[in-house]
Amino acid sequence: MSSFNAIVPMSCVTAAAIAAMIAEAFRAPGERMPIGPLGAIGLAGAAISSVLLWKDGASSFGVVVADKFGLFVTFILIIVGVLSLAISEPTIDRERLPRGEYYALMLFALAGMMLMATATDLLIIFLALEVLSLAVYVLTGIRRDHALASEGALKYFLLGAFSSAFFLYGIAFTYGLTGSTRLDRIGSLMAAQAMAPTPMQLLAVGLLLVGFAFKVSAVPFHMWTPDAYEAAPPAITGFMSTGVKAAAFAAFVRVFLAAFEPLRPSWSPILWIVAAATMIVGTVVGVSQSSVKRMLAYSSIAHGGYLLLALLAANDVGKAAVLFYLLTYAVTNIGAFGVISVLENTDQPNDRVRDYAGLWYTHPALAALMTIFLLSLGGFPPMAGFIAKWYVFSAAVKRGYTGLAIIGVLTSVVSVFFYLRIIVMMYMTTTDTPARVPPIPRMAGLALIVSAILVFYLGILPTRVLDWAAASIATIF
Amino acid sequence: MLSAYVPIAIFIVVATGFALFTLVVSGLLHSEKYNKVKLEPYECGIEPTTDARDRYSIRYYLVAMLFVIFDVETVFMFPWAVIFDKLLLFGLIEMLVFIFILVVGYYYAWQKGALEWA
Amino acid sequence: MVSLNHYLVLSAILFAIGTAGVFVRRNLITILLSIEIMLNAVNLTFVAFGRALGAADGQIIVFFVMTVAAAEAAVGLAIVIALFRHRESLNPDSWTALKW
Repeated sequence: MSSFNAIVPMSCVTAAAIAAMIAEAFRAPGERMPIGPLGAIGLAGAAISSVLLWKDGASSFGVVVADKFGLFVTFILIIVGVLSLAISEPTIDRERLPRGEYYALMLFALAGMMLMATATDLLIIFLALEVLSLAVYVLTGIRRDHALASEGALKYFLLGAFSSAFFLYGIAFTYGLTGSTRLDRIGSLMAAQAMAPTPMQLLAVGLLLVGFAFKVSAVPFHMWTPDAYEAAPPAITGFMSTGVKAAAFAAFVRVFLAAFEPLRPSWSPILWIVAAATMIVGTVVGVSQSSVKRMLAYSSIAHGGYLLLALLAANDVGKAAVLFYLLTYAVTNIGAFGVISVLENTDQPNDRVRDYAGLWYTHPALAALMTIFLLSLGGFPPMAGFIAKWYVFSAAVKRGYTGLAIIGVLTSVVSVFFYLRIIVMMYMTTTDTPARVPPIPRMAGLALIVSAILVFYLGILPTRVLDWAAASIATIF
Repeated sequence: MLSAYVPIAIFIVVATGFALFTLVVSGLLHSEKYNKVKLEPYECGIEPTTDARDRYSIRYYLVAMLFVIFDVETVFMFPWAVIFDKLLLFGLIEMLVFIFILVVGYYYAWQKGALEWA
Repeated sequence: MVSLNHYLVLSAILFAIGTAGVFVRRNLITILLSIEIMLNAVNLTFVAFGRALGAADGQIIVFFVMTVAAAEAAVGLAIVIALFRHRESLNPDSWTALKW
């Protein structure tokens, strides 16, 4: 039975998702069931089993490995899940969304993400990717009476399905070259024949790169991101901008730094350009947005660029930087979208930058929380974002990617402009017609405060978490 | 190297030739007499009642989608059944888990009214 | 003798047809079909490689890909239906509420 150990965390989440579906099916019309707490129980089970697995690790059937790297990402995903569950509650009530469906899909997506973070077989990575993507496509369009929601979901779906075909084609060539889909075997075979990469090897790497680039919304495959992020309810946007990114980057790191490391000279120049373009486009286009959600969507594209830089600069500092960055980004971004989520009203999205005018005078707590999250996204000390960026850039310089590091620093300086725009709006502008904000539910408020505390904790006392991150990433090389 | 493609070339020629040949021959041989019965869409006898380009009920797509999903699961049951005598109890339990998850989905769809045709 | 390369070329052509279809066709159902063609081209690649390597893995992978493709088709159709209720059109050019 011990061969099942590694999949216990995601099984807990899957069980919770299935339980949510059963509960929804048995629910009498109008009856309220505590489905949210059910999800929380599943996530708690996942957290406990991950803690138990942390010391020794486990491997299931050779294709799912609960090493420290996978477990670290699993922890990030659990944090993302718990915060999203808490923030979702008001959205579901306000929009009259199907509660059971919403939570079941969210939990299925989380299970897929956890599987993706721990999978060491390309086929399993593909299946996990599809599990999480299909759930997230539906979540994007869950506000069925909004034409905008269906449109965003469709764009996300079409481009997502299109990119999975490329990803799968890459897997097919990898399989043909090495006769296996296991990452360790691919790695050793690639190392044995890496002297002069054959066209087919380059094709395989290129196709996989396209697939991953779509999922982490790297330029030039980022077109779906702002649309999907705007169409989804903000709680979902926070969930998918952090969870999908964490899971996709975990698999990205495993595939490229573990299996395709021998081919590094072939893919690192491409990744260099992609990372630079992602940072620049995300920042430059973000400046001109008037919708806060779209602005944060471009900001998340830019953050994807910094993560790519961390991946590229995978020396001893850089490797830990990827994980640390994912964690801080997850906590911060979920907080920012959480604020947007509680600001949203049934008849008013309150999504324009000018809707934030004078928020400090009407809702000081929300304004203060938003300020913390935006400053962290911009990379101000003592917030978490500063430490994360500092680690990424110093790793990049050490590895010799000075050019990229300079682009990274410049784009973060520019990005501060658009984060500050909202902050200035909140504190220094007054308006006669302040945005009407619904009362803030207790759970969502609590989740926002927890995120803010985590942002400060990671910003001021990062050493312990950084040590964990360093220990985690050491297990896959 | 090029000689490897000779079979393909022959195949293309034969395939195109056969298609052209049958078309030409049937064009030359068939009778040119038409009548009302002959021009009906279903020559086997059923008379079309309405135009085929009608709008289908949205139910049609729902049922079609459910069919696609549940239908494709059989693909995992067939190989399982073939080597069932080697998988023993473990295989049985695993398949029961699989079917349980499917049944949950089925029951959910049922309760949500996806199977009601009206 | 039909060699591995023949299958690979055929599947590459199919994949290219599917890709072109996604870009060129202006009907959502056709675009979904094009994506299915791409996935099936990949299936052909898997089976061909599996046969060339003398292993059954290739065919087993195809089972999983087929299931994924079915689930993807169902979700895609559901989203298309939801959208059709709003717009009464299947031409993607008519959905322009979201851009930049």
